[in-house]
Amino acid sequence: MGLAGFEVEVEREGTQGLETEEMTLNMGPQHPSTHGVLRFVVKADGEVMRQAIPDIGYLHRSIEKISEKVGYHGFMPYTDRVDYVAAMFCNQGWGMACEKLANIEVPKRGEYCRVIASELNRIASHLLSVGTMILDIGATTPFFHAIREREKINDLLEELCGARLTYNYMRIGGVAWDLPPGFVERSIDFLDNFELAAREFEDLITYNKIYVERLIDVCPISAEKAINYNLTGPNLRASGVSYDVRRDDPYSIYRELDFQVPVGKGELGTVGDCFDRYIVRIREMNESVKILRQCFAQIPPGPVIAKVPRKFKPPAGDVFIRVESARGDMGWYVVSDGSEFPYRVKIRTGSFAAMSIIDAISSGIMLADLVAVIASLDIVAPEVDR
Amino acid sequence: METAAIHQRLSQSFGSGIGESRLEVKDPWIFVEPPLIADVARFVHDDPDLAFDSLSNLSALDYKAENHIQLVYHLFSYRHRHWLILKVNADRDNPVVPSVESIWKAANWHEREAYDLLGVSFTGHPDLRRILLPEDWIGHPLRKDYVEPVEYHGISTRRESLLR
Repeated sequence: MGLAGFEVEVEREGTQGLETEEMTLNMGPQHPSTHGVLRFVVKADGEVMRQAIPDIGYLHRSIEKISEKVGYHGFMPYTDRVDYVAAMFCNQGWGMACEKLANIEVPKRGEYCRVIASELNRIASHLLSVGTMILDIGATTPFFHAIREREKINDLLEELCGARLTYNYMRIGGVAWDLPPGFVERSIDFLDNFELAAREFEDLITYNKIYVERLIDVCPISAEKAINYNLTGPNLRASGVSYDVRRDDPYSIYRELDFQVPVGKGELGTVGDCFDRYIVRIREMNESVKILRQCFAQIPPGPVIAKVPRKFKPPAGDVFIRVESARGDMGWYVVSDGSEFPYRVKIRTGSFAAMSIIDAISSGIMLADLVAVIASLDIVAPEVDR
Repeated sequence: METAAIHQRLSQSFGSGIGESRLEVKDPWIFVEPPLIADVARFVHDDPDLAFDSLSNLSALDYKAENHIQLVYHLFSYRHRHWLILKVNADRDNPVVPSVESIWKAANWHEREAYDLLGVSFTGHPDLRRILLPEDWIGHPLRKDYVEPVEYHGISTRRESLLR
């Protein structure tokens, strides 16, 4: 936002003997706007940032190492903790990786249950993301509108699996439980209300002048750079790359569903700026509503889980699968040596890439904009550290 | 482009530096000799027919029995929408592999993670230091023979210490 110009002006008017010097500041690990335990070492010249070096690892729980000790079934609850804001996708990723290893086919109804749970979770995750983003920037009210809707989803998912965040809903071969009685009706009720709430939310904040001014042209990421840093999901699409694993490399039942993939167009500023990252998430929620309506209309009867032996020993081999999580393409690389325990699990998450790009894009922005950038990249600390 | 065709193409350019490929498995891969990985990466990134513009994943594995550390590069091309998996077997006692950070920036943190958790050294990496664990941590936890230390700066890592 013309920051370079600002800086030049200061230098021009600067009086002799009053040189500014670079200041090194610490931000985090406990900071209200870092969404978890993140730390940055910020080098700033006055209000203008020179560099923000991320320091991660505060939430490292060695989940990949744990996988080597607990077995395939036993690892499912741990996957919830990889990204506790959108745990359904981690469940699904782990399930899909094991199913690919052992050639298990999930029953149709099981796939529908998975997609219903995941898409509800996507809306909840995006609501938290945009809600806290607005809160970080300084508008308090819209956060409560977002959180109110998210609470309703939490209630629905609690009904489905008994937990509000760490769901442990899916199993290798399907899901743990069928939809409870009345769940479809209550979900459709929620969707009807949500569409109104989403419109209200847009009226309230999306095109608010102050809010928009804080976001447009801040830290635009070019498509090329986004791909080079392996940004995924909404962050990648905001940079103008139309790629969604659900559409372009379809898994589960996404082939049968009709939805659009919103892409950042720079409608108010530059392509790939903070506003694009925000608006892509808002539009994705509406697409998730569409997907959910189709799922509720089409869901077939039948079993929800395939027959999987309790002692799960997939044949030796390695597989890589991807799930379109709320934070983008989540990759699971799983190696089996034919025993009861995975030989190696590597989880590649969207937040990991999003965190690594901050150092490269943050030079020259205002200090206060760093908060907007972190929020717009939707970084969830546990997903970075695993 | 299929992995078989890519293998042929790489063999033409790099000769014996390209190892065998495994095509009958679920995700086919190609073996590359460790010193060549950066050159091969540069080639598949720059070649217009291949154009692997994204390093989707970089994993390191410890094969203790075979005495090597394996690096697995999952490459994806947004332009052509195709995949390539490259595997490199480095010596377990002294795993040194050229860095691909200058080709894909995404490799920066992945390589730091492989260094941190498995002790792989990447030559040419601009900032190779621990990423997830503290700087003064001893050992590389994802190695199969790793033994968890009893304490860290006077903090016990044993569960029994909580029950005293």
